[in-house]
Amino acid sequence: MNSEMTLSVTHLGPCVRRLGWVLGMATAVVANAAEVSVAVAANFAAPMQAIAQAFEQDTGHKAVLAFGSSGSFYAQIMNGAPFQVLLAADATTPEQLEKAALAVPGSRFTYATGRLVLWSKQAAGVDANGAVLRTGSFRKLAVANPKLAPYGAAAYETLQSLGLLQSLRGRLVEGQNIGQAYQFVASGNAELGLLALSQVYAEGRLSQGSGWIVPAHLHRPITQAAVLLKAGRDQPAALALLAYLKGAKALSVMRAYGYEP
Amino acid sequence: MSPEFDLATWRAIQLTLELASLTTLILLVLATPLAWWLARTHSAWRAPVAAIVALPLVLPPTVLGFYLLVALGPNGPLGQFTLFMGWGTLPFTFGGLLLGSVIYSLPFAVQPIQHAFEAIGRRPLEVAATLRAGPVDAFFSVALPLARPGFLTAAILSFAHTIGEFGVVLMIGGNIPQQTRVVSTQIYGHVEALEYAQAHWLSAGMVAFSFVVLLSLSLLSRRSSRILP
Repeated sequence: MNSEMTLSVTHLGPCVRRLGWVLGMATAVVANAAEVSVAVAANFAAPMQAIAQAFEQDTGHKAVLAFGSSGSFYAQIMNGAPFQVLLAADATTPEQLEKAALAVPGSRFTYATGRLVLWSKQAAGVDANGAVLRTGSFRKLAVANPKLAPYGAAAYETLQSLGLLQSLRGRLVEGQNIGQAYQFVASGNAELGLLALSQVYAEGRLSQGSGWIVPAHLHRPITQAAVLLKAGRDQPAALALLAYLKGAKALSVMRAYGYEP
Repeated sequence: MSPEFDLATWRAIQLTLELASLTTLILLVLATPLAWWLARTHSAWRAPVAAIVALPLVLPPTVLGFYLLVALGPNGPLGQFTLFMGWGTLPFTFGGLLLGSVIYSLPFAVQPIQHAFEAIGRRPLEVAATLRAGPVDAFFSVALPLARPGFLTAAILSFAHTIGEFGVVLMIGGNIPQQTRVVSTQIYGHVEALEYAQAHWLSAGMVAFSFVVLLSLSLLSRRSSRILP
C-alpha cells in the first residue's frame, strides 16, 4: 500500500509536466479554431451530429450542439441564452427573432425541407400507399402538437387533405413534440404515427418498421430555417458553420436522413 | 378572470381539479393502512417498503412517466393485464393519469399520516384496550381522531402536488382535451407556442394557489402542534 503511494507520487511530477505540454499543444491548435454554440431543432438532431463531426474535421471549428424545441429556444434566446446559431424546425421562429433584433438581419435561410412519414414499428404495419389510414385497422395515431411542432401541423394538414381528419380525430394522440410522438409509437402505445422522416430514416432507407412517405403536396412544405444570432455576429466559427450547411457534404448528409435540401 | 382564458383553458383547469380531488381521495384510502403498518410494524420489510413509497420524491417525474408508458403499453406487463381484462390500455386516458398521479403523490400522503400515527405512540391504544375496545374500534375511535392533523396535511399535500404534476402527464397524457390536458401541460404548450400572456396568467395562478396551500399548511401545523403534546 505504502510503496504504491510513493510510486504514484514520484510519477506525478512527469505526469503533470506531460499534461501541461498536452494542454499547451491543444491551445496552440485551438488558436485558429473556435467553438460555435448551436441551438438545434430536435428533429434535426441526428443529421446535425453527423454534420458537426464533418464540420470539425474539415474546418477545425467545433460545433457545440443543444437540442430542443424551437419554442423553448425562442424563450431562452429572448432571455439571453448565449446561442450563436439557431437551426429551427420552422421558418417563423427565426423570422420573429430577427424582428426582435436578436438575430443578424439578412442571415436567415432555409437549410432543409422536412418530409412527413406515416410509420409503424411492425414490418407490415403500413402499406406502400398509406391505405391503412382509410381501413382504420389501428387504435391510436400519434402526431405532434400542431400548435408547437411544424410536423404536427403538417400531419393535421395531411389528414385534412385526405378527408380523414374528422373520422380519425378520436384516435389522435398528441406528443408535445415530434420526439414524444415517436416515443408513443416506439413503446407500442400507438400503432401508427405521423412523424418526421428523419426520425426513422438513415442511410437513405427506413431503419426499422414500415412507412409511407407522405407525398409533399398533401401538406404545406416543412421549411426549416437557420439564422445567425446576435451572439454569433462576426464570429468566424458561426459564419463558417452557416456556410458549411449550404455545402455539398452537409446536403448529402441531409438527404441520407430524409430531408430535401 | 381575464379575457386571455379561453374555453380550452377552463376545461384544463376543471380537469386538473377533478384529477387532484380523485387522486387525493384514493390516496387517503390507500395510504391509511399503509401508513398504519409502517408506523407499527417491526417486520424486515418495513425499510424496503418505506423506501419504495418514498421513491417518487427523488425520481424525476419523467422517469416515472417513461416507465408507466412502457409498463402500461400493449407490450408492457400491466398493459397486457388491462388488455386481458378487456379494459384496453391506460395511456392517453384519464384513468391512466389517475394511476400515474396516485403513484406520483403517494409519499405525500403516506408520510404525514405515518408520522401522525407514530406521534400517538402505543399508550392511548393500550388504554383503549384496557377499556375493552377491540383493535378495530380503537383504531377508528382513538387513532384516527388523534391523527387528524396528519390526514389534513396529507390531503392538502397530495392535492397540491397532483395539481403541479407535469412530467408524468407529459409522458403518458397525449394532450387530449377533457381527458389528459391539464393546467401544467397547458402552460408548457402556451410557452412553446410563444403565447406568453396566457402562460403568465396560468403561471401566476399556480404560484398564488401554491402559496395559499403552503400558507394554510403552515398555519394548520402551528395550530395542531398546540393540540398535540
